[in-house]
Amino acid sequence: MNYRTLLFIPGNNPGMLQSSDILGADGIIIDLEDAVALTEKDAARILVREYLLTFKPEGNYFIRINPLDSPYFYDDLEAIKDLDITGLVLPKASVESMAALEDYLDKNDLDFEVIALIENAMGLETALDIVRASKRIVGLFLGAEDLTLDLGAKRTKESKEIEYARSKIIAAAKAAGIQALDTPFTDTDDLEGLKIDTRNAKDLGMTGKTVISPRHVDIINQVFTPTQEEIDYALRVVEGVKGAKEKGLGAFSLEGKMIDAPIIKRALNVLKTSGDYKEEYDELLE
Amino acid sequence: MNYLSSTDLRTVKVLEQAEFPSKVNARNKVVEDTAKLIKELGIKDNAVLSFHHHLRNGDYVLNTIMKEVQRQGIKGITLVASSLFPIHAEMIPLLEDGTIENIVTSYISGDLGRAISYGKLKGKIIMQSHGGRARSILNGEIEIDVAFIASPSADAHGNISGVNGHNTCGTLGYAIADSLKAKKVVAVTDALVEYPNYPADITEDYVDYVLVIDCIGRKEGIVSGTTRVTRDPVGLKIAKDTLKVMEATGLLKEGFSYQSGAGGISLAVTAFLKEYMIENNIKGSFASGGITGHLTQMLEEGLFSALFDVQCFDLESIESLKRNPNHIRMSASQYGNPEVSAVVDKLDFVILGATEIDVNFNVNVTSGADGVLMGGSGGHQDTAAGSKVSIIVSKLFSSRIPVIKDRVDVITTPGTTVDVLVTERGICVNPLRTDLIEAFKEAKLEIVDIKELKEYSESIMGKAKPIEKTDRIIGLSQYRDGSIIDYIYEVKR
Repeated sequence: MNYRTLLFIPGNNPGMLQSSDILGADGIIIDLEDAVALTEKDAARILVREYLLTFKPEGNYFIRINPLDSPYFYDDLEAIKDLDITGLVLPKASVESMAALEDYLDKNDLDFEVIALIENAMGLETALDIVRASKRIVGLFLGAEDLTLDLGAKRTKESKEIEYARSKIIAAAKAAGIQALDTPFTDTDDLEGLKIDTRNAKDLGMTGKTVISPRHVDIINQVFTPTQEEIDYALRVVEGVKGAKEKGLGAFSLEGKMIDAPIIKRALNVLKTSGDYKEEYDELLE
Repeated sequence: MNYLSSTDLRTVKVLEQAEFPSKVNARNKVVEDTAKLIKELGIKDNAVLSFHHHLRNGDYVLNTIMKEVQRQGIKGITLVASSLFPIHAEMIPLLEDGTIENIVTSYISGDLGRAISYGKLKGKIIMQSHGGRARSILNGEIEIDVAFIASPSADAHGNISGVNGHNTCGTLGYAIADSLKAKKVVAVTDALVEYPNYPADITEDYVDYVLVIDCIGRKEGIVSGTTRVTRDPVGLKIAKDTLKVMEATGLLKEGFSYQSGAGGISLAVTAFLKEYMIENNIKGSFASGGITGHLTQMLEEGLFSALFDVQCFDLESIESLKRNPNHIRMSASQYGNPEVSAVVDKLDFVILGATEIDVNFNVNVTSGADGVLMGGSGGHQDTAAGSKVSIIVSKLFSSRIPVIKDRVDVITTPGTTVDVLVTERGICVNPLRTDLIEAFKEAKLEIVDIKELKEYSESIMGKAKPIEKTDRIIGLSQYRDGSIIDYIYEVKR
């Protein structure tokens, strides 16, 4: 699953939890970390459990647990280990915290997907090592607010200060064949600014974006949704590959252009995002 | 004196020179003493007095006049007020001492509604629609003795304007029928202006007195500074789905007409509609009803040809009414009177709210979850009946109470005129509208049975406890044509 949008829902807000499945996001991140005050941690865990067990919402639900260096890391994991969720978001990801998480998941035989939140300089510079520390990782997620604090950089709407971080995350994610998830756009009212920021992230190579306002979901989904033209081209590529394979051809050209592995991969990514992907396409890259 | 029927014109009396009329000496209509005026009007026990609600929760006029009526010991008044707001809670002692015996209104909120629900009104309350009120006044079903018309400005001869003065409220659409039919009409103003007061909503030929008082109202209660589109994500989801419904009907095309309320979700529908119209290069014919700045902007941008305005909701709409000739005043009768040609009959879409809706699509906007009067039809019945597609927008739960019931507490608008319900968890279509069910299927718009949605909501939140009522019927929910569609019972304390 390619998540165009992952929407944060505070784990201590019953009203928002109850409506989380209808807001149009590809995935939900229920937050037990920053959105929940220290005095509310226990209550939020109980609420999130009750919500997921009672409502059994459909869709992809992640839970952002508290970081390893907090007193809540293992309490969070214990509270959610039996829940039917898609995965976990690991904040302040480092090689050590990822290893600790993997260890816990292995011991409890849990097959949750994991998204690593990269939000400090060390995490950024060791992103690929963090990825390698997990069998379950499906995405790297850039947390620009904390990262710029750690870097001593001024956070701006233009986001020039995070271009390097974005590219670094994208390169590590692509090298590992997982998703590169962009930092949320924090001005909830500036929908034009959101469009620009999302396009910039997409153009650099981000494959999706995290979201803190439900009002942002549609716009981001739209930016990350391939156009009909892109879908049609991807389908022609896939059909071409199938035809070439049947004829035993190693390479072929389409509309005057040689079609090689990266182009096929890109076409398959487009179809995954648009929802036109079929299982039989798995064989095309073999 | 029908001289045409005289067979012999010699029998007709001709005036002598001495009997010839003198020049007109215009009667002074201006009065500054409320008590003296009430006496001069000869208001007696059981009189019928009317008021409009354009000053909404900022209105001082109704309280001022009725307290004077009370002081003079007049009893048994039938109060015909187009709407009543929390500010009118000052009338509760007048229910208790019998000054006010019956109430006829289209909307009531606040402690006055609560007091009536708990049985404090000695007579009856009749809840009408805006169109139904105009009908009942114009056809004589209700005979008004004196109409007290709160007037943001009036000249000495009684030309009343809602756009001039300190306490402006815009159009005076709800007061027109009263001014035409009441036996006596009093303009009550705090801004006596030079003659001629122009543009006049009600002209001098219908006005008998101009009562000047210190202050007719509290500005901040009269109009909102701005009306706001909801930011609530669930409300926005409902609004987006409503636009999909409108699109799927096939009626959302060049020349369509539209009305929505001023609630947050309805305004969000208008905001999404505006984007849609711009993107698809569609121009509407008219929008109607209570008018907000959102609609006046659309008029300015050429997205609608005209606005029919029965009530201005915000300052922007008052300004627009003043300067834009395509922003047109309309009376409540022109708006929704079922006995005449009315604007609602030309509506393609209306977007309406609901406190409750039942499995037969009957809607309650009259009483709250506790059974207490807290609203009323306003234009709900009129627009639902007249429009091609009436759409109810509502969250599935209101303060944890499911909005869909087996039977609503009070039927305000009959389900036979309600077409679609849009909630955050599904769109329901009235089975009577097979044409819409077909159109939605074609448009691949998923719909859900209203009974299934009710069961789902009850499985999540449980079923609300029934409201406890006594056997006493305190009033009637009247349909716009005069028929009665429900009883209103006293609520047990």
